[in-house]
Amino acid sequence: MTAIRILVGTRKGAFILNSDGERKKWSVDGPLFAGWEVYHVNASAVDPNRILASQTSSWFGQIIQRSDDGGKTWTQPGSDSTAGKPGANGMPQGESNKFVYDVSAATGKPLTTHQWYDGTQHPWEFARVWHLEPSLDDPDTWYAGVEDAALFKTTDGGVTWHELAGLRGHDSGANWMPGAGGMCLHTIALDPSNPKRIFCAISAAGAFRSDDGGDTWKPINKGLHSEYIPNPTAEIGHCVHRIAIHPTNPNILYMQKHWDVLRSDNGGDSWQEVSGNLPSDFGFPIAVHAHEPETIYVVPIKSDSLHYPPDGKLRVYRSRSGGNEWEALTKGLPQEHCYVNVLRDAMAVDQAEPCGIYFGTTGGQVYASNDSGDSWNAIVRDLPAVLSVEVQTIP
Amino acid sequence: MIRVVLPLHLQTLATCGREVELRVEGTVTQRSVLDALEARFPMLRGTVREHETLKRRPRVRFFADGEDVTHDSPDKVLPHAIVSGQQPFMIVGAIAGG
Repeated sequence: MTAIRILVGTRKGAFILNSDGERKKWSVDGPLFAGWEVYHVNASAVDPNRILASQTSSWFGQIIQRSDDGGKTWTQPGSDSTAGKPGANGMPQGESNKFVYDVSAATGKPLTTHQWYDGTQHPWEFARVWHLEPSLDDPDTWYAGVEDAALFKTTDGGVTWHELAGLRGHDSGANWMPGAGGMCLHTIALDPSNPKRIFCAISAAGAFRSDDGGDTWKPINKGLHSEYIPNPTAEIGHCVHRIAIHPTNPNILYMQKHWDVLRSDNGGDSWQEVSGNLPSDFGFPIAVHAHEPETIYVVPIKSDSLHYPPDGKLRVYRSRSGGNEWEALTKGLPQEHCYVNVLRDAMAVDQAEPCGIYFGTTGGQVYASNDSGDSWNAIVRDLPAVLSVEVQTIP
Repeated sequence: MIRVVLPLHLQTLATCGREVELRVEGTVTQRSVLDALEARFPMLRGTVREHETLKRRPRVRFFADGEDVTHDSPDKVLPHAIVSGQQPFMIVGAIAGG
């Protein structure tokens, strides 16, 4: 029987929520890595027991944790005696948390600075891994989106990471600048129909696409309009918050930008706004129904200054027409005095029937719907602020 | 043996107690103590000092025998109380919020 496993990253650790296919009774395990910020926990697309977590601290830096038994036990790949490359003294290298920007002339451009908030140039400084994206066909291959924005890749299960330097080496790199949350590469989407095609998004540089497996990149921001930058239709500089892709039609992309919800029908070559009747088109996450490529979900937030839902009502909005026409989903969600936020990586869908939708809030609630969003229940209410939610549908 | 006190988050990461004892070859300095710490607990590499540069992370401080030695040269010999094992070398997360 199908089981559902939810992987939750929070400000003070990670949690794993489990249910059977009915999705009515849930167990809550955690906190894992207690006290550390866990920006993202994600599972392999081909091995449900393999899970990676980004554990991070402004004090002690980045840690990559890996589980090979579905989250029961964890290790830092490369830091024990059985994995990793021995160093000169015979000890393991412990390199899984080593994210070093590639500044070599051979593989990238020696790009060392980007634009700072005040327009001056600022050194590229690694802070943390925001997002871990598994390969669609290899449990050892993963991508990591990091702050300051860059894309890294591992092909040995997280023991070592190397930068795909062509992204930062794009001619625009020196002009990228941070959004309010830092200059982070937060979205990585892989095209299941074309293994060479990768999408990523950076706050606040915009969306980018590679058609050669990550060697070279081009901005895909045509149609985006951002009033907060000097040239609202510039090639780069847009604060893209999240991109969602549907596996059965990967040419259709959906985007929640700082303001505006958009879609592309040509793999990002151009975008059109589909905010329609949303009460606010500011928000962070966007998700696509598992079985209906034109059904999408967003959580409107009042504004970039306020970061809470309009009118104190937590409402998920669903469009069954790929945008423009939206309906509020409120059953089971607080409709008064609610001032939480839902962050960009904190919404996910399962593959069950009917499709389940899940999201976590900065107030520590994880809400679930097992009927495509018609009704909601809180699985758990008092976790630390939720940073990320991923869902596994386990056969 | 050289005694080293670790902050809670690094104790959790290394699966060890508050204080660890290390055998340090040669002169006892910040560098040699941290080398020995990272050799014994490879998962701590990159958490106290940066991987490539081996520079102290900005929000980490070092104390030895009641003195703040954070900004001392990493190659300066540590006080006798540390070298003799009477006092622990303390690695501390700078107190700047939660």
